[in-house]
Amino acid sequence: MSATFLGMPAFPRNAARAVGDSQLRFNLRKATRTIRGRRAAMVGEVPGWEELRAAGRQIKDHTLRHLDRYLLQLEEAVARAGGRVHWAADADEANRIVAGLVEATGETSVVKVKSMATQEIGLNEALAARGITAYETDLAELIVQLGDDLPSHILVPAIHRNRAEIREIFREKMAEWGRPAPEDLTDEPRALAEAARLHLRERFLSTKVAVSGANFMIAETGTLVVLESEGNGRMCLTLPETLISVVGIEKLLPTWQDLEVFLQLLPRSSTGERMNPYTSTWTGASEGQEFHLVLLDNGRTRVLADEVGRQALRCIRCSACLNVCPVYERVGGHAYGSVYPGPIGAILTPQLRGTDSGASAPPGGMPASAAPAPGGRMPASATAVSRGRMPASATAVSRGRMPASATAVSRGRMPASATAELDASLPYASSLCGACYEVCPVAIDIPEVLVHLRAKAPHPRAERLAMRAAGWVLDRPVRLARAQRLSGRLRRFVPRRLPGPAAAWTDTRDIPDIPAESFRDWWDRTDGGTR
Amino acid sequence: MSSRDLILSRVRAAVAGAPDVPHTGPRAAPAAAGERTVELFAGRVADYRAVVHVVEPAEAAGAITAALARRAAERVVVPGGLPEEWAHAVRAHLGDGAVGDDPPLSAAELDAACGVVTGCAVGIAETGTIVLDTGPRQGRRALTLVPDYHLCLVRAGQIVPGVPEAVAALDPARPLTWISGPSATSDIELDRVEGVHGPRTLEVVVVR
Repeated sequence: MSATFLGMPAFPRNAARAVGDSQLRFNLRKATRTIRGRRAAMVGEVPGWEELRAAGRQIKDHTLRHLDRYLLQLEEAVARAGGRVHWAADADEANRIVAGLVEATGETSVVKVKSMATQEIGLNEALAARGITAYETDLAELIVQLGDDLPSHILVPAIHRNRAEIREIFREKMAEWGRPAPEDLTDEPRALAEAARLHLRERFLSTKVAVSGANFMIAETGTLVVLESEGNGRMCLTLPETLISVVGIEKLLPTWQDLEVFLQLLPRSSTGERMNPYTSTWTGASEGQEFHLVLLDNGRTRVLADEVGRQALRCIRCSACLNVCPVYERVGGHAYGSVYPGPIGAILTPQLRGTDSGASAPPGGMPASAAPAPGGRMPASATAVSRGRMPASATAVSRGRMPASATAVSRGRMPASATAELDASLPYASSLCGACYEVCPVAIDIPEVLVHLRAKAPHPRAERLAMRAAGWVLDRPVRLARAQRLSGRLRRFVPRRLPGPAAAWTDTRDIPDIPAESFRDWWDRTDGGTR
Repeated sequence: MSSRDLILSRVRAAVAGAPDVPHTGPRAAPAAAGERTVELFAGRVADYRAVVHVVEPAEAAGAITAALARRAAERVVVPGGLPEEWAHAVRAHLGDGAVGDDPPLSAAELDAACGVVTGCAVGIAETGTIVLDTGPRQGRRALTLVPDYHLCLVRAGQIVPGVPEAVAALDPARPLTWISGPSATSDIELDRVEGVHGPRTLEVVVVR
């Protein structure tokens, strides 16, 4: 992938632009509704779903609590089975390790299975900078890569594209990357899938190195697990001589038996199927293959240190929360400015990047009022970070294959200020309706974490003063009673719209009516309504 | 400090003082092993738009021949260890077109084959899943991946009710492939299309 999320403006501005794109809204509405219905049907079929969900949550919490022990157990089991384990503290180190392993094979290209972790670390761009071309093989990732685009959904990265757009991308770009699209390509999904099959077939049969992620790692046995649909995963995991898997340290499960819970939770929550077409598991070096496992931290231990926020590490990347989110359905994934969009992205991105504490965020970040309402007014501070700040020298053009715009920048190398503003706005990219928590197969209380992150982020002076005043009034019943009587008397003078910066709040909301008399006063006057 | 030690020390610092959470939580009740397991399995496999037949043992060879004839397959891979009765049916129908994998076929040779006939390790009724473990009757993973057509024979006794029973029955030391219908994608407007990179046609013969 050559495009980059870096330097994107804060969420409200992205959202305002996205909701103005009627094609995008149409595509998203159709797709999220379809998959929501499928998931509901498949989950409804399982009588013990809530018990399964509780088991999933508990196994993950247990693993995270003893992560050090299980990581060591995994390392030993993988080594025993003939694999090599590497540890990467951040994105740069993971990219260096993978590039070094590929170079050691003497190859200059790799095939890739769709992997969130490698997107997070910007692996493709880092490999390109060292003259290695990474070919995405998942159909949606191929669409994104050919279109010089960004993924907008965890499961269906090209969800923002419809069939006509995909046909154009294939016709224009496939030839640059390999076998061209057929002359008479139509926009039928079947024809487009067939074009992808032909385009990638020879590459699968001839490429010597593959890079993957994993859905699960089993500490007890050293087994890795990949769930997929198309068979591109099986191709990459099976045919190449060398397999390199980059996996976040939170993907561990203690025992092989634990898989029974997650192989029931994930497919039904994710694609809305009883089971996804293909699941591959392998332990160490299989069938003569050379196997490397790169264990990735890249901010995960920072998330783990937060008592409330650490539950985000339970995430199994099913994307059910995206599909039910009223905000995601309207703005799509790009507005979140990260490979992790939607509700889970809103809590994961700021924590992984370490911008959640506000330490590196600009003073007076997002006011609480800047909810992503259509046409909502932007606070003046949320201006776009200029793309000019990115190191322009870091462009990598590999043998003319990569579009010249390919900016090879790993997130870790960027100044924190480039993403701090966006990240500070993410916890507000929600109406706190709680639908995401309802559907989460590992019961991550996303609204709880959103509120927690909002509290941690810096607030404008005016807001802090207002909150302090409200605290003073609400602290004593006598003060509250006086304030209520006063506001009751002055209610005629309260404007429908608030002045100044506070207008951002009333632009999209009505000020509640102030009653002439408080409930307590009414009760005293009427003796509980009896007089 | 190595990155290994750095990550481990960060983990320890992060969870220091956090309350313990026991590992074994509630587990879903195992699916009821009913008499209708075979029918459930066949129905669920068919839901994925795979072709399914349920036959008596004496009819297995005939079902293989009929399937290969319908497919007009000329060159079919037969893994080592396929029961002689099944392998014989393929050879009798195709003659030299029935090819073994010893010595191993190249990827190009596999690509040139019309299909593959295998057994399996486990079938899962609830999800209509077939699990291969590269054991006898199945061969290495590439055999059921590169050819465009996979004919899989499942004995009724290999079918378990649900996912937990399958996990318990399988050996994680072997490379496993769980197959639920033909290769598919929903990446374009969430329209399901069968057949991308894996076999586009999956045909399953359940032998009672």
